[in-house]
Amino acid sequence: MSDRTATPDATDLAILKLLASDATRSAADIGRELQMTQPAIWRRIKRLSDAGVIAGRRISVDQTALGFGVTVFLGIRLAAKGRTSLEEFERAVTAIPEVQTVQHVLGQFDYRLRINARDIADFERILRRRIMTLPGVGQVEANVMLSEERRPGPL
Amino acid sequence: MSDATDRRILRQLLADPDVSNADLAERAGVTSASLWRRLDRMREAGVIQAIETRIDWRKLGYEVEVSLRFTLDKTEPRAFDDFIAAARLVPEVTEIQTFLGSVDLRLSVIARDMAHWQQIYRESILTLPHVADSDALMLVSNIKNVQALPL
Repeated sequence: MSDRTATPDATDLAILKLLASDATRSAADIGRELQMTQPAIWRRIKRLSDAGVIAGRRISVDQTALGFGVTVFLGIRLAAKGRTSLEEFERAVTAIPEVQTVQHVLGQFDYRLRINARDIADFERILRRRIMTLPGVGQVEANVMLSEERRPGPL
Repeated sequence: MSDATDRRILRQLLADPDVSNADLAERAGVTSASLWRRLDRMREAGVIQAIETRIDWRKLGYEVEVSLRFTLDKTEPRAFDDFIAAARLVPEVTEIQTFLGSVDLRLSVIARDMAHWQQIYRESILTLPHVADSDALMLVSNIKNVQALPL
């Protein structure tokens, strides 16, 4: 993986698989599990980080314990489309603090949003005051998340 | 369960998940020893559930990401369990969520390119059990993706 196009080998993928669920594992610990030396593991982790394959950490928290008991996924279709309205919409929607994720998508909707609210009443406030007032917003579909599972992916 | 100092630490940590412990202690206004103790306690209490590694799948050659939304056949009592068990066996599935609303379930699926996507779709997605309806949203670009919460 000395350049962008080089592909990681099976050992790289094994390291990624171990780090995926726990970013705090040490090179020594991973080395013991994969029967390799600590410096060899460290070099590979550094290479994967430098190449951007390891993009950073994700802190998984108990949102309910922190007072954010409601996660809602929104599908938004813009009423009027045009380059200016897309940029205007994107600028306004990214400024909403309760919106964690904004994805531009192709399909039945134009955008996918992930929203964290304290409760349903709080979500209604965000929906009415922040979302429905966004420039160009048309059809909105809301689905309240009940459970979530992240998978390791093809490693 | 967590006091103002814990919340301050979490607010800073979620705003910048890659922050070093030294910088995090400074931003939250606590000593390193206190930071360690509080992070440990929040992990034990389950407030911090995991510290995972974010993998950039594009850098591994996965250029396509699709959000698949399903409505299940609810006359089948095991619809959710069977569907989720089958979806877990598809390596390209990176997220599984269940919902209350017009959509029952959602999968994030990654593929190397459109040909690979078509292969996954035909061999692994169309064969998932108890599906009444489904639709796909193809990712064009990530506009915002943060972990911050307005704590």
